[in-house]
Amino acid sequence: MANKYDIAVIGSGPAGISAAAHAAELGLSHVLLEKTDHLSDTIYKYQKGKHIMATPDQLVLRSDIDFEAGKREDILARWENQTQQGELNVAFNSDVSEVSGEKGDFLIKTKSGETFNAAHVILAIGTQGNPNTMRCPGGDLPHIQYTLDDPYAYFDEDIIVIGGGDAGIENAMGLIANTLLANRVTLVQRADGFPRAKEANVKSLLQAMNEGRLDVLTQAETSLVEDKFITLNVSDGETRLPCDRIIARIGSAPPRKFVESCGVAFASDDRMAYPILSPTFESSVHGLFVVGALAGYPLIKHCMNQGYDVVEHINGNVDLKPADEPLLAEKFAKLPGDNDVSAILEFLRQKITIFNDLTSLQMREFMLDSQVHVFKKGDTVFKRNDYGSSLFSIAEGIVDVLIDPNDSTKTIAISEGEIFGEAGLISGRRRNATIVAASDCILVETPRNSARKLISTVPAVETRVNQIAVERLLSQIFGAGLSKTEFSAVIADAEIKTINAGETLIEEGADDTDIFIIRSGSMLVEKHIGGKDVFLSYVSAGSYVGEMALFEEGRRTATVKAAVKSQVIRLKGAYFESLLGANPDLKAKVMDELSDRRAMNAFVEGQKSGFDSVADLYGARANFLIEQGLGEATDALLIDETLCIGCDNCEVACAESHDGISRLNREAGQTFAHIHVPTSCRHCEHPHCMSDCPPDAIHRAPDGEVFIDDSCIGCGNCQRYCPYGVIQMEKTPPKKPNLLSWMLFGVGPGPGQANKAWTKKTLAKKGNDAPKVAVKCDMCKGITGGAACVRACPTGAAIRVSPEEYLSYSKDPTKAKA
Amino acid sequence: MKTRKTSPAQHVSFLAHRRFLWLKVSGALCVLSIVGYVSTDFDPVRNGGTWYGYTLGVIGALLILWLSLLGARKRAITAGHWSLKGWTSAHVYLGVSLIIVATLHSGFQFGWNVHTLAYALMIFVILSGIIGVFFYVYIPRRMSDNRAEMGQMDMLKDISNLNAMLDDAAQPLSDKYVPIVRKAIDKTKLGGSIFRRLSINDARCSTREALTYFQTEMRNVEAKERSEILDMISVLERKNSLLLKIRKHTRYKALLQIWLYVHLPVTFALIAALIAHIISVFYYN
Repeated sequence: MANKYDIAVIGSGPAGISAAAHAAELGLSHVLLEKTDHLSDTIYKYQKGKHIMATPDQLVLRSDIDFEAGKREDILARWENQTQQGELNVAFNSDVSEVSGEKGDFLIKTKSGETFNAAHVILAIGTQGNPNTMRCPGGDLPHIQYTLDDPYAYFDEDIIVIGGGDAGIENAMGLIANTLLANRVTLVQRADGFPRAKEANVKSLLQAMNEGRLDVLTQAETSLVEDKFITLNVSDGETRLPCDRIIARIGSAPPRKFVESCGVAFASDDRMAYPILSPTFESSVHGLFVVGALAGYPLIKHCMNQGYDVVEHINGNVDLKPADEPLLAEKFAKLPGDNDVSAILEFLRQKITIFNDLTSLQMREFMLDSQVHVFKKGDTVFKRNDYGSSLFSIAEGIVDVLIDPNDSTKTIAISEGEIFGEAGLISGRRRNATIVAASDCILVETPRNSARKLISTVPAVETRVNQIAVERLLSQIFGAGLSKTEFSAVIADAEIKTINAGETLIEEGADDTDIFIIRSGSMLVEKHIGGKDVFLSYVSAGSYVGEMALFEEGRRTATVKAAVKSQVIRLKGAYFESLLGANPDLKAKVMDELSDRRAMNAFVEGQKSGFDSVADLYGARANFLIEQGLGEATDALLIDETLCIGCDNCEVACAESHDGISRLNREAGQTFAHIHVPTSCRHCEHPHCMSDCPPDAIHRAPDGEVFIDDSCIGCGNCQRYCPYGVIQMEKTPPKKPNLLSWMLFGVGPGPGQANKAWTKKTLAKKGNDAPKVAVKCDMCKGITGGAACVRACPTGAAIRVSPEEYLSYSKDPTKAKA
Repeated sequence: MKTRKTSPAQHVSFLAHRRFLWLKVSGALCVLSIVGYVSTDFDPVRNGGTWYGYTLGVIGALLILWLSLLGARKRAITAGHWSLKGWTSAHVYLGVSLIIVATLHSGFQFGWNVHTLAYALMIFVILSGIIGVFFYVYIPRRMSDNRAEMGQMDMLKDISNLNAMLDDAAQPLSDKYVPIVRKAIDKTKLGGSIFRRLSINDARCSTREALTYFQTEMRNVEAKERSEILDMISVLERKNSLLLKIRKHTRYKALLQIWLYVHLPVTFALIAALIAHIISVFYYN
């Protein structure tokens, strides 16, 4: 029988080490189980020399292990050192496959068959997951590897890369990049195409294949691995290829399955959901605790504190206040009255409807991300047409919505406990109304990501937010034309539908009559003329489509497709008809729009013959722009190549305006019909870069600029998430001598981004240890005059446009004729 | 509604900036100068020495100084509501108007002196500028068409891909061909001196030499080697046409810059001559 421990910690990341170290400090018997042969595998896998930051700065570190910002190597070495000094009981190569039992008597089994007994289990395995391994005969041979650290490390080898995802394709392309190494690379993919990989990756892979630089086998599966050979099952039988090395990139299993197999319940089925935890991080299994990234805390300091706190709790200290207490106290400082953190949390939880079902641990987490605002009667909370995607909740007081921009006396009140701002949260577009405090108010503002987390964690919140959002969107579009009963009938029938990019919502010629309100995303309207789809218009969130069929003998007159992944609310056509009957104003408005659209349709139809090539160009250009991500953009840089002289002054101006790094690359990016889309931020409606920023450093300013603030920790998540490759990880370059001394005496590298050699030399002289941080376009936020790239263009080639504009721009016949 | 930073209406070239505002301004300047010149009675002669001549001279000199500041404006990226396009537009039209202003200032009195030198240099700068404007209008679209939606980097990457293909295509060929292919891979030059950059057809291009060689060789080889040679020729043809595209691109780029190598140095000479002209005028008066 194996030893019985007080505490078994699974996973030796920051949370796990900290927990084990505190157990050791307290003299509790413990074991730290690590699946690899080194500590902290996630950090171990960071690139060499990476600077790791220690945010949030205000948070005190409560751990027996030291941690401060520094190089990956230094941090790992210190942890290694302190693990030994603190006499932590670490069991390396212990890949846990099963946890069973209950408090006081857990049984832990590893893949190698070892077992451990423990009274408490702390699960700190992070979110990285385990790479899937090869399961065919020979799948355990030593020449199979699951990572590729240095693609230039091999010479004259037959290398098989398995897996046609981004990782596999990027590895294969890396291996053939240097032809002098003369490796013969074959990429093996099980599916018939490459559905999971980025389009750009697939394109370059296929090009390399056509040029004979590597082989690609699709619909192929490994059946046998031997020394020097691999046997594959392909569509027309088996093939045996020479093979010195196999790099298998066949995905990784997220840890959720394993965690659930331990009996731990999750908040919902949503991909983003976290385990349900008590205020002391105890899961639904008594005696089993979940801490760190797996519990929803991606920052190292939080993780280390949690490891410490949980061990304190297991050791009987139930009065310990969490380390984030001072952070919350600071947030609540401006609130009137007594500032006891727990009391305020409880107050907010009870007052705000959507917080009602949260645990106090979740409350803490959301309040750490959120802001508390105090508004005096008459203060403006936000203005119509401001950009903002945060969600507001009213803890105390009432706010007024100004529904008519021209008449500030027309208002609708939103009462205590309710939410507002949900339209911006969902659509990612500008706020559609001004909100004014109708009394003194206490408001909680939750940023989009936390709000999304909240929605996915608590299913009841999702239902409630959706219901409110649909109601408000409908009443905003169709106004007061409906009686209460009619309105609730419409609402009861409304259905939210998600459609993927390129999917058809309405088919031309079909005889359905439903109306669709676009809730998020955008749509393209096309008409089939002379065997081709001719682009008619672009419709953005907040508008509706499909009403024309009601007036055109019930036939759809055009096709409507999603430009990007979108959500629509479907309404029955019959309701809309009765709605129009009851509301003459609305009917007049709709008829007005209708005649415009009819005129456009007639125009396009009438021009069929002579118009053909021009119409083709409209459509082709609009499609090109959508492909380049401009369908989800709010403000993008375009370059008119009929005016561009290639002077790169846009890049120079960008670098001069932002610490010497150009955030745009004019030459990179795609071109179509003389319109060039440079590599530069599109300021997406729902920025991909924001989706997983550990310190929440990416924000949208009121004018729509998506920018990164100083709290960036340089993790590179945003860079990976951006589908357009516009984010760079860079060190801030040294200051240059001023312009005059360059112009007169040639001192320094001159205007624009300094060349690498100069930067390196100057940095070496100054002894620079600055971290790399994420750098992207902020549309020259805060600089008088606006975007420097446009101001500094000598010929007028550089323009910044929003989707409605550039799609109309691409429609302009005088331009298209070019 | 908020007003946007750029409206589609602003998407016009520097020549049409703000509905040809600077064309109108400089047109008005020219008209006023001419009207003033013909309607004023000068005694004893029309030249820069009269009050009217001084006025035109001061306007001209200030214009020249201001026009020469475009280079500084382009590089000093300060905050503020300026637009380099507006500056370029004004630079072009006001620059051309100097022909009228300065000629009237001279009262058509030319001679072998520093005054006429300054005038000649000025005309030279303006003419080179007009050539520059012509290039700016004429070239970008052609350059874009020639690149056919490829970037400079894409083209160079394609060259190295084609080189790898040449290497592959050379494998089945007999040894005597190796040096020719090797040379096409290693010795094909792009760019170089200004003359090379301006010429599209490089007579000594190793790729073209190899192509011509293999085309001739086709007639002599035995049938069994023919298909390999044909493969080689097709790769060489692809590389050759891509090279042509790159050389055209290089030429366009060179043309967009070359006039500045005249325009800028002569501007400095002009300013020197202008200073000499002004000092000598006041010194001898």
